[in-house]
Amino acid sequence: MKHLLSIDDLGGESGIEEVLRVTDRFVEVSARDIPKVPALRGYTVAWLFYEDSTRTRLSFETAAKRLSADTMNFSVSSSSVNKGESLRDTVETIAAMGVDAIVVRHKSAGVPWQIARWIDASVINAGDGSHEHPTQALLDAYTIRHHFGSLEGRHIAIVGDSKHSRVARSNVKAFTALGAEVTLVGPQTLLPPSLEGWPVNVSHDLDAVLPTVDVCYLLRMQRERMTEALVPSLREYHTYYGLDGARAARMAKGSIIMHPGPMNRGVEITADVAGLDNAVITEQVANGVAVRMAVLFLLLGSGVDVIGSQS
Amino acid sequence: MSASLTDNTQKGTLAIRGGRVIDATGERVADVLIDESGRIVDVGPDLTGDRTLDATGCVVSPGFVDLHVHLRQPGREEAETIETGARGAALGGFTAVVAMPNTDPTMDCASVIRDVLALSRGVACDVFPSAAITVGRKGEALTPMAELVGLGVRMFTDDGDGVQDDRLMRRALEYTVGLAPFSGGAPITLAQHCEVKALAEGGFMHEGAWSSRLGIPGQPAEAEVIMVMRDIALARRTGARVHFQHVSCADSVALVRAAKAHGLPVTAEATPHHFCLTDAACASYDSVFKVHPPLRTDADVAAIRAGLADGTIDAIATDHAPHPQHLKELPFDEAPAGMLGLETALALALTELDLPLAKVLALLSWQPAAIANLDAVHGGAIVAGRPANLAIIDPDVTWVVRGDAMASKSRNTPFEGRTLRGKVRHTVLHGEPVVVDGEPTR
Repeated sequence: MKHLLSIDDLGGESGIEEVLRVTDRFVEVSARDIPKVPALRGYTVAWLFYEDSTRTRLSFETAAKRLSADTMNFSVSSSSVNKGESLRDTVETIAAMGVDAIVVRHKSAGVPWQIARWIDASVINAGDGSHEHPTQALLDAYTIRHHFGSLEGRHIAIVGDSKHSRVARSNVKAFTALGAEVTLVGPQTLLPPSLEGWPVNVSHDLDAVLPTVDVCYLLRMQRERMTEALVPSLREYHTYYGLDGARAARMAKGSIIMHPGPMNRGVEITADVAGLDNAVITEQVANGVAVRMAVLFLLLGSGVDVIGSQS
Repeated sequence: MSASLTDNTQKGTLAIRGGRVIDATGERVADVLIDESGRIVDVGPDLTGDRTLDATGCVVSPGFVDLHVHLRQPGREEAETIETGARGAALGGFTAVVAMPNTDPTMDCASVIRDVLALSRGVACDVFPSAAITVGRKGEALTPMAELVGLGVRMFTDDGDGVQDDRLMRRALEYTVGLAPFSGGAPITLAQHCEVKALAEGGFMHEGAWSSRLGIPGQPAEAEVIMVMRDIALARRTGARVHFQHVSCADSVALVRAAKAHGLPVTAEATPHHFCLTDAACASYDSVFKVHPPLRTDADVAAIRAGLADGTIDAIATDHAPHPQHLKELPFDEAPAGMLGLETALALALTELDLPLAKVLALLSWQPAAIANLDAVHGGAIVAGRPANLAIIDPDVTWVVRGDAMASKSRNTPFEGRTLRGKVRHTVLHGEPVVVDGEPTR
């Protein structure tokens, strides 16, 4: 595997499982007093974020630094992009400086595929428009696996704006590849126009679905969806699809609540629910670093032995 | 290059020898003799002239007429000029093209139309400018249609945009009905790019299974279908001629079929890419497959093919839309829509459509010529007395599409690398060979 553009690049269950197994090693590394290994010493990883994303960028940056890679941050707001430089020129310029991997985030679907056609370095998709966000799906799968041992046979509801969500698209692929049953929940206007070929169930009734799920995965509700007349109001959305304390209380024992962040408290999730013991949102963030270490390591590294062990 | 043309520099009569002549009147084996004035003087066996074009194994057809090309001049000469676009047209067998008005400045007033006509002199095909229906294609005020008709404009369109305002579209149609005195009696056609903006805006490919998977916002088929419905209703109300550009949806084909059955004065065109490609091509995120209207589904492709076969769709038009490579390397949603078409239209029709050769030629030549009211000069029967605008094609030769081998200033063909059957060997414009053995002479 040279690039991680889509969950599809991992080739199904075995490839995803491999990433999760390597992630186990890096979770262990992250728990050390000095959470740093020389696995990618001499490698250079560049960030190319055309869309603001402090958390994803910091997560990747932390992962790269714990692997001893050199990092290069291409900040779009202060760069030649604002002087009209084309995407291709920008990418080829960075590649010419000698980078081993480019981590890209862009508001347009497909940009990582274009970049992968132009350069020799590995390309990691850190989110392309409404399309995919594979490392988010891997860290989510890792988090669920940590709680349940496996995703096999687990029922996961993905609630909210799956139409515009790259997290939903990658998660559906990863979760179902690992044997979970996925139900997309939301008003019809926030579901993809066609679900042909998607191995999912669909429901418009969160209350009916909630008692049956092991995982309630809440998507961020973008405020700009209001202007597109996709829902009547945030209040109505919250009334029917927001996870509040009363709804959370009806979830099965042992079930968990997840959210990719950043949360809109009071819209898709209430503050009290975000603070529940079975809300594992900060755990997702922590696992994100280890998963991204695993991805960088598998794409660039030469072997697991350089990770070492603490004892 | 073989010397089919005995002497290209020499003037005099021109004989096209050894071919099979196919036109709207039928088919016969015959040579064609053209005099120095560019008219056909004889069609029959064993004709000789001062110069000879070899047509052995080839079909001699009336030249093709493309109702829909973007020549980009004035304004976007980086992508194409009238000269390079006309050269590509000639290589594709077209002796006449209708140039779309979405230039910069817009072809919406006499001075710009005069400029385009001046730039079109001496190029490799006849260029007929269409003009915008509304000033600046903004959909707000009608262009000076009578004045533009006086300059030779026979087709009006806001192509790239449909006229959104129902009342303005009604007025435009009504107004054209009264333009006959200024056109010498020739009928005027309003050509519509059917797309309801409120439904299509913010979408970059067909809305369906593929757009949902790819995370690219889609344009629903209804954006086209609803405007086709409206314009059929308005054609009935006004009696004006409406031509539907680049029909892309199965429902649009059905609506046009029904309108024709009711005797309404509507016509329609389809592009090769809409009968050859589907939205699945967008999975590469290569914007060479981005086009307006978008590539749609297998069912839509099948309906367009059926419409071409049963006469619902009157013409194959290319919507030749050159764009420079650096713009086609933008992200899919930001890249401009459009693809090259002039040099591949015939071959795609012959390779992909299961239609008799004469039917393909009708769709490329005499039927579009009638829609654009060019049939006195282009697309007519190959008989003595007619202007010699001819395409001599080899329907059986196979070749591989290469964008960088095309005459266009741009390279954005979605058919790169495809092996196709059928190629233009010679093109004759007003008696002069403008393509000889697949090579342009001007």
